[in-house]
Amino acid sequence: MTAPDRPRISLLGTSALLFEAPGAFDLPHQRRIWALAATASKWPGIREAIPGITNMMLTFETPPREVDTLIAALNDGWDAAEGLAIGGREIRLPVTYGGAIGSQLQSVAEHCGLSIDDVVAIHAAPLYTVFALGSHPGYCYLGGMDPRITMPRRQTPLQRSAGGSVSIGGSQTGVSASPGPSGWHAIGHTTWTFFDPSWPTPAALAPGDTIRFEIEQVIR
Amino acid sequence: MIEILSVTGPASVQDLGRLDQYRFGVGTSGAMDDVALRAGNILLGNDENAAGLEIPMMPFKLRFDRDMAFALTGADVDAEIAGRVIPPWWRSHAGAGDILTIKAMARGARSYLAFSGGIDVPMVLGSRSTQFRGEFGGWHGRPLQPGDVLPCTASTATIGELGVEPAEVTLARPNADPDETLVRVVVAGEYDGFDAATQELFWSSSWKITPQSNRYGYRLQGPAVKPSMPIEKRSHGIVPGVIQIPPNGQPIIQMRDAQTSGGYPKIAAVIRADLWRVGQARLGRMLRFEQTAYADALAAEAEMSAYLDRLRANVGLVEETRTCR
Repeated sequence: MTAPDRPRISLLGTSALLFEAPGAFDLPHQRRIWALAATASKWPGIREAIPGITNMMLTFETPPREVDTLIAALNDGWDAAEGLAIGGREIRLPVTYGGAIGSQLQSVAEHCGLSIDDVVAIHAAPLYTVFALGSHPGYCYLGGMDPRITMPRRQTPLQRSAGGSVSIGGSQTGVSASPGPSGWHAIGHTTWTFFDPSWPTPAALAPGDTIRFEIEQVIR
Repeated sequence: MIEILSVTGPASVQDLGRLDQYRFGVGTSGAMDDVALRAGNILLGNDENAAGLEIPMMPFKLRFDRDMAFALTGADVDAEIAGRVIPPWWRSHAGAGDILTIKAMARGARSYLAFSGGIDVPMVLGSRSTQFRGEFGGWHGRPLQPGDVLPCTASTATIGELGVEPAEVTLARPNADPDETLVRVVVAGEYDGFDAATQELFWSSSWKITPQSNRYGYRLQGPAVKPSMPIEKRSHGIVPGVIQIPPNGQPIIQMRDAQTSGGYPKIAAVIRADLWRVGQARLGRMLRFEQTAYADALAAEAEMSAYLDRLRANVGLVEETRTCR
């Protein structure tokens, strides 16, 4: 077992490895992840270092013979990592809360013991930081959600949820960039374009950018 | 060029995948049975990463608009062209106007067609594979439809008929039950979150591949396997092969079109050397998991590479002999 204040490092089969930082889901920890990813992406045999939520996945060019060496390097790298503060840009995203796409707004309100207006106000209040990209092309995981609107992921993931869905999954929130399967609860939607493979950088947002949700409409 | 005349189910253009775009949320895509696609390309002297067609359901029919060599690998299918039967794992030659028909799939789940020179669709983010979720890559980012005309960079040089031993024969697992697909896995991050009895249940059970299984993932059915305490992870990267346990206790194997991240607990991950076996396991079939050490997983990959090296050497030898004649 790993001590609670030490990182957890585990294999994802033979093509990747997962590094999970100890501590809180907050910006200071995420900044250390960004720093570690910037370092680890240059290591030999590493294809990509992909930040997650206070964690990082390394994909292998070729699987390492000796995982122990890599684990030691990651532990040292984490201890040495100074927070990398990325000065991103701020995006304003108009959101329609509720309605057909945001059909779980009522369920989230009931689960959290709040009114619909409270959920919307609490969700739209913070300035969110893009912590990581993942899930599907252009999707951003956001940090900064108020824990009062936390709701566990679905028991069984949905086969298809709409593109542009603004959703809550556990203590995280995000906006889907295209339709597809999801284990999260959609509370609204937006019509912004997050991804285009013909752009020089295909994703519109990058870790360190910030998002403010604007309440365009609330459909009950 | 080749023209799709009839297609059943989501056939698509795939190469070996888009392996280095995870940081933009872009998964690998690529052939579900990469060994079969590689073998087809080796038979034709193509780059192994050349794009071919992945065909998951039959019947399927296409027409060649000029002379061209092609190879058929993957699932065991009944195929014919211009009155000739095409055996499995075989390369052959089509004349202009010839129609290739694949009628039925006796065994396996996906057939692969490779063409001399490969299918010449644009590289998007480093790959020609179809990204269904992002609707790009492959042929306009979508499954093939009748009437689609795909460009090929094929040379018209005549190439002799040639077959190779299918991967499922050469790489057959000893003592595997023919009615089950035996899949080697290494344990993953949350394995210790399941008690000993539940871990045993995971290893000893036969898992049925449900109809909700596709290129995104294989949803399995069997006894509920649940962690001792509910586990809700912060979202993190995942790769094809990772086996997640959602709260209903029914495992999901992430496949080539899987999301690039997730938060359900992971009990294990299919090793790269066996992922193609999952890709060839059809709906309704049973899977069984076998625990493997990391070092053994690497040895299995080496065995898979050796098989492909032998194919390459043998095909090279045949060409050499023909040239000398």
